[in-house]
Amino acid sequence: MFDFEAVYEAKSVAHAVELRVRHPEAKILAGGSDILIETRAGKLAGCSVISIFKLDELRGVSMDGDGTLRIGALTSFSHLTRDPLIGRCIKVLGEAAGTAGGPQLRNIGTIGGNVCNGVTSADTASTLMAWDAVMEYAGPRGVRRAPMREHYVKAGVVAIAPDEILTSILIPRDSYERCFGCYIKYAMRGAMDIATLGCSVNVRLSGDLGTVERMRAAYGVAAPVPVRGFSAESVANGQPVSPETINSAAAAALSDVNPRSSWRASRELRLQLAEELTRRAFRESVIRAGGIL
Amino acid sequence: MRQFATIRCTINGRDTETSVDVRASLADMLRGEYRLTSVKKGCEVGECGACNVIIDGECYNSCIYMAIWADGKNIRTVEGLEGPGGELSEIQRLFVEEGAVQCGFCTPGFLMTATAILESAQGGQKYSRDDLRRELSGHLCRCTGYENILRAVEKAVSRTLP
Repeated sequence: MFDFEAVYEAKSVAHAVELRVRHPEAKILAGGSDILIETRAGKLAGCSVISIFKLDELRGVSMDGDGTLRIGALTSFSHLTRDPLIGRCIKVLGEAAGTAGGPQLRNIGTIGGNVCNGVTSADTASTLMAWDAVMEYAGPRGVRRAPMREHYVKAGVVAIAPDEILTSILIPRDSYERCFGCYIKYAMRGAMDIATLGCSVNVRLSGDLGTVERMRAAYGVAAPVPVRGFSAESVANGQPVSPETINSAAAAALSDVNPRSSWRASRELRLQLAEELTRRAFRESVIRAGGIL
Repeated sequence: MRQFATIRCTINGRDTETSVDVRASLADMLRGEYRLTSVKKGCEVGECGACNVIIDGECYNSCIYMAIWADGKNIRTVEGLEGPGGELSEIQRLFVEEGAVQCGFCTPGFLMTATAILESAQGGQKYSRDDLRRELSGHLCRCTGYENILRAVEKAVSRTLP
């Protein structure tokens, strides 16, 4: 039995919004793999929840008319990994989702929950950040969209209004076309572990595969929220595909991150990881894009 | 004020209906209402896998799955694995043969994951030893009998090959 004050079950997205308006104090319960555990641990004991878990219209991946990839907020990690559209457009997102927790967690955990609890270690968040994902929310005033960067306010806090829910995560066509990425999660164990540091890089190479047309990078556990590696990107963009370009981008990544020391790892180790994982993920992305190093 | 909900679902092939406290977990419901005590409460925070059950073909830790979510679902537990005369299923027999059962507390959870693996293997999914390790990684065995468990599952998977 969970120590909840009340459980409200949403029957539709509109009903979920209505429940949000009526019970602003209640937390949104998606797959529950954070909230149910924190309730059990006593941290959220006595709270009220609005369950959106049964809203099957928020599951699955589809393609909008303009080529925007639409990922339902309740799509589970394991479904992301298996989804053919994800495999074709943004394979690295499925791979990143495949590194979270263990098999049962990946069946219950949702991509929406992963980015709405606001934690920096979320395995899908750095990839979504690096691919300029757009968040789509439903509220009483209709649909609102915002870039992923505006979604994160600070550790554990995201920019969802008290009367809104996240319904979809969008990847615009320009963001995935001819792009190839790689996510590296550094953790102490191969399963059921939280990233010490996570790094997601993707590239688009020129037609002759000789130039880095666009490189994007983002990090988890490198700052209080997932962050973009703009310095690394500006060093890499327009440069020839070469080990030198990769090394200078990796070095530049150090000015993009600001990790802390925690019981998991020291700031120094995380800084070393930020540089080294940028190098490895950048290199692998280039190879996946067909580039020769 | 206590709230209740009516949950209709299929459990081990039987259509069921019951009224549950909306705060209950699926593990609470399966053990308390249906006496399916193969569903073990180990950690109750989704880490140990002892309460693992199959819902609509996928594995879930029932300790962190709300009972109200089970409405309309098809749920399977170890009690549903046995044959009509109470005989063990092949995967259960292999667990016994390989010495994959020690204290037994983690066994039902492992068996349901193994069952899901076997069903996908019958559907053509290929598994290497490392894949199987990864698929079994959501379970803790405090007797540390992992090698025997892995061997039992590996043997079962190899028998699905034509």
